[in-house]
Amino acid sequence: MLIGHQPKPFLLAVEALTVSFDGFKAVNNLSFYVEENEIRVIIGPNGAGKTTVLDLICGKTKATSGSIQFRGKELTKLKENQIVQTGVGRKFQTPSVFEDLTVFENLEISYPRGRTVFGSLVFQRDDAVKQRIEEVAEMIFLKDRLDTYADQLSHGQKQWLEIGMLLIQDPELLMLDEPVAGMSVSERAKTAELLNRIIKDRSVLVIEHDMKFVEDIAHKVTVLHQGQILSEGTMEKVKNDPRVIEVYLGH
Amino acid sequence: MIINSRFFNRSELIGFVALGLILFVILPLSLDVFRLNLVAKYLTYAFVAIGLVLCWGYGGILSLGQGVFFGLGGYCMAMFLKLEASSVENTKIQSTPGIPDFMDWNQITALPLFWQPFHSLTFTVLAIILVPGLFALIIGTAMFKRRVGGTYFAIITQAVAAILTILIVGQQGYTGGINGMTDLRTLKGWDIRPDHAKVVLYFFEVFLLFGCILIAQFIRLTKLGRILVAMREQEDRVRFSGYSVANFKIFAFCMAAIFAAIGGAMFALNVGFMSPSFVGIVPSIEMVIYTAVGGRTSIFGAVWGALLVNFAKTGLSESFPQLWLFGLGALFIAVVLAFPNGLSGIWADHVQSRIDRLVSSIKKKSGDWTSNSVADGAPAE
Repeated sequence: MLIGHQPKPFLLAVEALTVSFDGFKAVNNLSFYVEENEIRVIIGPNGAGKTTVLDLICGKTKATSGSIQFRGKELTKLKENQIVQTGVGRKFQTPSVFEDLTVFENLEISYPRGRTVFGSLVFQRDDAVKQRIEEVAEMIFLKDRLDTYADQLSHGQKQWLEIGMLLIQDPELLMLDEPVAGMSVSERAKTAELLNRIIKDRSVLVIEHDMKFVEDIAHKVTVLHQGQILSEGTMEKVKNDPRVIEVYLGH
Repeated sequence: MIINSRFFNRSELIGFVALGLILFVILPLSLDVFRLNLVAKYLTYAFVAIGLVLCWGYGGILSLGQGVFFGLGGYCMAMFLKLEASSVENTKIQSTPGIPDFMDWNQITALPLFWQPFHSLTFTVLAIILVPGLFALIIGTAMFKRRVGGTYFAIITQAVAAILTILIVGQQGYTGGINGMTDLRTLKGWDIRPDHAKVVLYFFEVFLLFGCILIAQFIRLTKLGRILVAMREQEDRVRFSGYSVANFKIFAFCMAAIFAAIGGAMFALNVGFMSPSFVGIVPSIEMVIYTAVGGRTSIFGAVWGALLVNFAKTGLSESFPQLWLFGLGALFIAVVLAFPNGLSGIWADHVQSRIDRLVSSIKKKSGDWTSNSVADGAPAE
């Protein structure tokens, strides 16, 4: 494939991305591409740089060198909130919801309107907002908990709430860091169902350790090892890659 | 203005009415003018405390330098009053008549340029709001855009308070130095010193205070109020929900500064002087204590905190002057360790719940026919 002759523009193009913390290269010359409507799962042993890659894309960590293009826009030069506004949503590893606010208020804050100081002063909770919040609440199995304060939710429900907060932002690229970690078996199945439903019009980038879950959802898998790509392709291909078995799956 | 939910819930409405009754009716009827003027002085700190509720209680930004903004507001007001008190005939014994007395003592022979606009009351009123507001905007932008927060921010605000005190004390000829600006007499020809003027000023101040309470309550109920709470808990989640966290912090800090400045201006009017002893580190920390004692997430609690701590201060320091600072320190430790939500927390946990139980048991006894009419007790919107 020649540069400048790509048949279809990628949604996300990460090229030669490097970040070094005091000389330690957590991510080293990494390149990968995510297509529209693709579910990409990143796996790899601890310390492989998986979370750092998401941090770099969403702007939490600044890259030392390299580029991240999202719909042709260079993300490495933008601030976190600007990256969100271009259409990238991020869920953190530990559920980060606002515990002193209700489920409704949590979702309302993520509603993509009135994001400036003045805008939030004049923001009105109109029917469009209420309808959208109810819609999303139903999707994340929290429809009858709208008035519950988030600190009273179970761990799994908090994870869903955070996914819901991302859904309401309607991002084109959704990044999830270990969405089923710490969940019960039934919650896990529900989450897989939820993810399969929400990926319809967007791309999703997931970090996950649970191989059963990965097999269920992944279109394509990227295996990271020491900040570099070890293997990439379908689950079938990755699973049978001897290098992957040696450093990760064999354990 | 349409607000999503009711402007006050039932217990807030009770708090609002109770505070109104006490400040507008009970205190003016039961206290002599001297004590009423003391209450007016205490209430100037209530403005600061309300600002701290927004900035610290809701936004989680602890400022230990609110005395700076209280002082800036107070000095703006005092400069206007001092100029009016320094008319040519009042100051004809000075070597340069027509300028404030402390300038004359410091061999200054002409009114400095930055004093000139304070001849105008309109300019002064604008300056009371804008000078502290802009100063907070500059500090806030410099700190929050660089993600300086928490303890570091608190320490920097302390440093600013110390610097401003040193500046005021050092520039005696321009500021009145350590003595401050004294002998303030009239406002547009109206004498602010006699008893009836003190009463009028008291009511004017309470009126302004309720204005600030309503503004703070309005902000609390908008989405911005919820974003402040969200920011206090999960700053990153707010950032990754598409908000510029720095801008919201700057807004909260500026609002707190403006409230403090209004309090400072009322202080100059009610007490009749302004000095650096209300600007520095100790008064700034005391202001945080008022808020903590009242309950840092309660607007009404802040007003009560400012009133009660100051009553205690006057009472204790009259009888045991050396003990007061220890008492204040102990009070702060007790509040932080035992009652993290202050007086309003104690009220909500112990008094409110008992009242609710009492009300519901009375309702049960009185049967069905009243349950509709007193079901909520809230007024129609």
